[in-house]
Amino acid sequence: MEKALKKYGPIFVLPTLLAFTIGFIIPFIEGLYLSFCQFTTVKNAKFVGLSNYQSILADEQFISAFGFTVSYAVVSIVVINVIALGLALLLTRELKGTNIFRTVFFMPNLIGGIVLGYIWQILINCVLSIVGQPLLALNSQAGYWGLIILTAWQQIGYMMIIYIAGLQNVPDDLIEAAAIDGANAWQTFWKVKLPMIMSSITVCVFLTLTNSFKLFDQNLALTAGDPAHSTEMLALNIYQTFYSRAGMQWKGFGQAKAVLFCILVVVISFAQLRATRSKEVQR
Amino acid sequence: MKNKNKTIDTVWSCILAVASVLYMYPIVMILFNSFKQERAITTNAAFKLPTAETFAGLENYVNAVASKGFLQSLGYSFLITVSSVLAILLFCSMCSWYITRVQGFISNGLYMLFAFSMVVPFQMVMFTLSQTADQLKLNKPWNIWIIYLGFGAGLATFMFAGFMKSIPLEVEEASMIDGCNPLQTYFLIVMPMLKPTMVSVGILEAMWVWNDYLLPTLVLDIKKFKTIPMLIQYFRGSYGRVEMGPMMACIMLTIIPIVIIYLLGQKHIIKGVAAGAVKG
Repeated sequence: MEKALKKYGPIFVLPTLLAFTIGFIIPFIEGLYLSFCQFTTVKNAKFVGLSNYQSILADEQFISAFGFTVSYAVVSIVVINVIALGLALLLTRELKGTNIFRTVFFMPNLIGGIVLGYIWQILINCVLSIVGQPLLALNSQAGYWGLIILTAWQQIGYMMIIYIAGLQNVPDDLIEAAAIDGANAWQTFWKVKLPMIMSSITVCVFLTLTNSFKLFDQNLALTAGDPAHSTEMLALNIYQTFYSRAGMQWKGFGQAKAVLFCILVVVISFAQLRATRSKEVQR
Repeated sequence: MKNKNKTIDTVWSCILAVASVLYMYPIVMILFNSFKQERAITTNAAFKLPTAETFAGLENYVNAVASKGFLQSLGYSFLITVSSVLAILLFCSMCSWYITRVQGFISNGLYMLFAFSMVVPFQMVMFTLSQTADQLKLNKPWNIWIIYLGFGAGLATFMFAGFMKSIPLEVEEASMIDGCNPLQTYFLIVMPMLKPTMVSVGILEAMWVWNDYLLPTLVLDIKKFKTIPMLIQYFRGSYGRVEMGPMMACIMLTIIPIVIIYLLGQKHIIKGVAAGAVKG
């Protein structure tokens, strides 16, 4: 069968491969190369060596965006996963109204980042003006917590679904055995359920981690980096370097930032996968 | 013991019910603000319900549809999402069948590349991608699906390949022995078995394409074609006073169809998410 299929290979593989080449491989390689160049379009690139990378070190905005992104990511990963797991535990107890609750908590996930950003901008600004604080455009504290609340609101439902699926796969006899051995609910959770859903935790932490580092739409719509770039995350900082400054030097600079950003995200995601995979229970 | 559990469960049900209501509040708030007159939508009055004086009826909705180009945007978003998802389902499932059934350098290399592309942030390729798309004239709502096929291939092939490894080879071999060529085998035997995975992949990819903002903004000509996320950002991004009324109406018009589709296909959507996670 393999032989026959090989003959038909082009029909099966080529459409996807061509689109993948246009949509990913060429832009990726070109992007790598252009990070060592000065240019305004792909055609007028001039090789300048490492100078783009050198100027990143001197760019305070990029460094502060990095700090903001990391502190946002840490807090949001913890908040989202703890609440999502808590909800999943409650919704696997066969409470009354479980289906309705699940429906409600998942719903914000279907709404796009831009729309979510504006919904929360209106809501947070209203709260801020009632308590007499400066609005989002002038208030970086509110911007930070606003982003965390917004993304928690959006992603908790998604992660909850994954945790529910994980919890439903924990064999009943394990839980019964624990009960017979005299374990209380708390011990059953820590000693039996948690180790058995490690693979769900791997997936959810991976998703929340990459989502937080790549966050763009919500950041753009909620604060757009205001005030004075203090709530700007890495993805938005790169976008602004590319598109809101004119001149030869910026595009190559932005591309170099993008390459660093890409390496960062790839390294962190793989490190995380390795770290939590090693704690998974083999069945 | 049993009774005590019952009371605790009731308490939790009540707490979750309150939490659900709070969870829906932001959407409800936009809903009633979209019925207010422009002058009544100020920053500190967003929590107030519309009153007899400030009630605007459907004015904001009429305005959004008539003069803000909502219907065109809806059409473009719909066209782009449907064409991209169909292309991804057809071509990526074919590609993953080849990858899982023919072992070798090409299959393994492709699989690794697809997995890698899922992690790479969009900013890495955004500039070069928009330039490539311009050069190849892939910057129209009716052919941007080629870009989405390339960019969505990672998740789709990953999920299809994960499922295909679990279906028995014997069925396919039997059909080949009966004289089917690989194309016939694929479309008559393999594809029907893929239906549940198709639904899952289709839902995940549709959620992504429908809500995607940056890719269409960079690739499409914003003066001619705006998808819904682009339209809503455009309300804000353009200079001058923001017209809050029509904007809220637009947000509601965007959310309502999604909510209806969600309520109708909830079972599949939730299954799709859970299935995607296994391979994610």
